[in-house]
Amino acid sequence: MSIDQSTAAKVAKLARIKVEDDALPALASEFNTILGFIEQLNEVDVEGVDPMVSVEPMRLKRREDVVTDGNQQDKVLANAPDAREGFFAVPKVVE
Amino acid sequence: MSELNKLGLAEARDALRKGEVTSVELTESCLKAIDEAAALNAFVHKTPEIALERAKAADERIKKGNAPSMCGLPIGIKDLFCTKGVPSQAASRILEGFKPEYESTVSQQLADNGAVMLGKLNMDEFAMGSSNETSVYGNAVSPWRRGNDDAQLTPGGSSGGSAAAVSADLCLAATGTDTGGSIRQPAAFTGITGIKPTYGRCSRWGIVAFASSLDQAGPMTKNVRDAAIMLETMCGHDPKDSTSAELAVPNFEGMLTGDIKGKKIGIPKEYRMDGMPAEIEKLWSEGAEMLKAAGAEIVDISLPHTKYALPAYYVIAPAEASSNLARYDGVRYGHRATLAQGDGITEMYEKTRSEGFGHEVQRRVMIGTYVLSAGFYDAYYNRARRVRTLIKKDFEDVFAAGIDAILTPATPSAAFGLGEMTEADPVQMYLNDVFTVTVNLAGLPGISVPAGLDKKGLPLGLQLIGRPWDEGDLLNTAYSLESAAGFVAKPVNWW
Repeated sequence: MSIDQSTAAKVAKLARIKVEDDALPALASEFNTILGFIEQLNEVDVEGVDPMVSVEPMRLKRREDVVTDGNQQDKVLANAPDAREGFFAVPKVVE
Repeated sequence: MSELNKLGLAEARDALRKGEVTSVELTESCLKAIDEAAALNAFVHKTPEIALERAKAADERIKKGNAPSMCGLPIGIKDLFCTKGVPSQAASRILEGFKPEYESTVSQQLADNGAVMLGKLNMDEFAMGSSNETSVYGNAVSPWRRGNDDAQLTPGGSSGGSAAAVSADLCLAATGTDTGGSIRQPAAFTGITGIKPTYGRCSRWGIVAFASSLDQAGPMTKNVRDAAIMLETMCGHDPKDSTSAELAVPNFEGMLTGDIKGKKIGIPKEYRMDGMPAEIEKLWSEGAEMLKAAGAEIVDISLPHTKYALPAYYVIAPAEASSNLARYDGVRYGHRATLAQGDGITEMYEKTRSEGFGHEVQRRVMIGTYVLSAGFYDAYYNRARRVRTLIKKDFEDVFAAGIDAILTPATPSAAFGLGEMTEADPVQMYLNDVFTVTVNLAGLPGISVPAGLDKKGLPLGLQLIGRPWDEGDLLNTAYSLESAAGFVAKPVNWW
């Protein structure tokens, strides 16, 4: 599997990272190096092997579905780059 | 008592108990050492006011008696841990200015037990790196040098600041985190001890997430006893981390008897890599001899899927990172890019993440995005998770056959120079983790113990891998190895 510039551009878009056009060839080449390394996994016979979901065999703990926290709007907003009137502010979204 | 910063945790604890020294004196000694060590760039946010306040409180507590082990001991905290009111940026520009309103469970437990936080420590950005060269704060520098050569060396990564600080005696110990070797590799590079406990031993709550199924916190200390003391304080069940284990935490220090008679130590043949430096090979066989002389039985074992651990890791870790790092969107915290006229929310995301993330982080997020994308999820991500099952089974098989611990080199080489790997492709840098990454994939405890110097005078470490939840036994084997190796070298102060 080889990644071309348009695939690299598509991945950057999916990851929401702006990559300038002139940086795409180098990026595609780095992807190919890393994916070439990953390709080794195709040598392994994984027939009938389950994908790991939890490294230690433990059941996730359950708890009552109740509110345990809250009422800290100030703290939630304290680190926001732009908070106004108790909300996070973002550029206008027009679809 | 002079040069109190040079003490280890156990020595300082005992001196505090006897009233020979106060926590304030210990703390002031470390703060002075930190101020004199700017050249190492280990501490990136200093917190002297918090430190002295906690030291005074610790002295009061010690006077009353029954203070916990860590009480009054000055330590450094890796920048990956959220610390309330103190910058916590994971060494990334994207978290510039972020001051958490909460404290990570691990650093809270240390604080509750009286440990004194001196400040935050340098690291690779989002813990992605093996040389501390991806940090927004600039490189952390190893206190070690190759003889009289003044070339700057890496302290390793990602916990490079922690390793440099402990090795240079800027603090008594430090926290680290380990996703693929980020505690053990820097510990080996700087001649200190570092343990990654079993996945689930330490709560991950409040630690900036990199790859959640692999990340674990652990202590980086001057010796094995100190590692036992600090690990015990860091461990324990936390309802806020659903993967934290509901298991009692043993008294690890109490398990350090040094008696390993009859223990079976496995030597995995797959770790004998082509092109491995003769010095590493020699150190490894000497380590096996030491354990044998202490009464252990040395057994040749096979972990057949070892070769596939790094490629599986470089699918799984970036996949999880791409998901975890999606939260950095310029809305809730940290950096937001300045927008141009007419830019909408997508441009805000794209520009913010492009400016905020460094090159290595961007690369890994994009690799992760690719391996999780429609059409490739099965071929890459699911295949890697299947291989991970096989890697874990390799270990289960040898433990079922009666092996108590596995001895391997910690790293494929001694520390390299800062900038020396710049021209290499990313895969060359990834090879640093070849001996450590299997342990994260299998969720096992692993410890790096300093065991010797190379011919240029740089530290080399050996790694011991233990059974899940058996850190006590692993620490005891490490304690025996440490006693036999008798590593006492320290870097000469040039900084």
